[in-house]
Amino acid sequence: MSEPRHIRRRRLPSPGGEGKGEGGRNPVAPLAEQFEDMTQQHESATLGMWTFLATEVLFFGGMFMGYIVYRHAYPRAFAEASRHTIVLFGTINTAILLTSSLTMALGVRAAQLNLRKSLVAWLALTVLLGLAFLGVKGLEYQQDLREHLWPGPHFNPALGPQSQIFWFLYWAMTGLHALHVTVGVVVIGIMTFLARAGRFSNYYHTPIEVTGLYWHFVDIVWIFLYPLLYLVNRA
Amino acid sequence: MSPIVPKKTYVIIWLVLMLLLLLTWSVARIHLGPWNLPVALTIALIKMLLVILFFMHVRKSGGLTRLFAAAGFIWLIIMIDLTMSDFLTRRMVPNISADVQQLEKAPEPGEEKTHR
Repeated sequence: MSEPRHIRRRRLPSPGGEGKGEGGRNPVAPLAEQFEDMTQQHESATLGMWTFLATEVLFFGGMFMGYIVYRHAYPRAFAEASRHTIVLFGTINTAILLTSSLTMALGVRAAQLNLRKSLVAWLALTVLLGLAFLGVKGLEYQQDLREHLWPGPHFNPALGPQSQIFWFLYWAMTGLHALHVTVGVVVIGIMTFLARAGRFSNYYHTPIEVTGLYWHFVDIVWIFLYPLLYLVNRA
Repeated sequence: MSPIVPKKTYVIIWLVLMLLLLLTWSVARIHLGPWNLPVALTIALIKMLLVILFFMHVRKSGGLTRLFAAAGFIWLIIMIDLTMSDFLTRRMVPNISADVQQLEKAPEPGEEKTHR
């Protein structure tokens, strides 16, 4: 296997001869040239992900800003419109995402403790929960469409025109969020395969941690979408 | 490297998160008038902090990571704050639109010459 020049690969002391017996290769940990050691590399990667997440906060923040302005302008239309969201699906999905954050955190912990099998299991479970979230969301979207809640000329005539603003924000915000969940599912899926191939250990598991940060952020966005879209007027 | 957190801590945090979810769902069904929104947002904020502090390890992270984690939210607060300080105060000055209209209709004579 040819290796890029700028990456030094260091062979790990394989615990219990694990490398040769199971995967047929030793786990290798790439330390890029610009870093002093693994700790510095790890901290740089973490900081990079937090920087990306800060841009994500403002990316979603623009939409939350729009939501605040229009809810302030048309409080009654928003209350009326949000009664048409399916609160049961929203609540189930919140529970699914919160649980997937737990499985992700336990996956990171397994990586830290060099428990390869449980790392793979926790990551796979996180992928399944992410897919479950998308499945529920799909069912919900189907029902929303059947009730003509897509803004435009065929919008549900029982609702006022200002309610279309709420429903525009609903589709845009949950759609963008679902896109983020999809990206997360794909990335965690890749991590699962890499973990199975023995690419991570207690010495090198930065990708798992950084992926975890992203996944928890996606969870946080939903934590705010849930009350703002589903719980406006349920009393 | 991030510290290794006991399994129990994660499970407890998850349980608290699920309880908060149940709480916010049940409180939403009670009519609190203008208080429904602040209560729901407070619960969401607590949930977010639990996820950030425990699942994302910020509680045990260094100052630099904490600063970066806070930065996005600080700018978000600034954006919301400045925008709403406009929208929330527009009606406090009832005749402002009339005044603005008058100003626009009648520019001061000779204004263009003095300014350009």
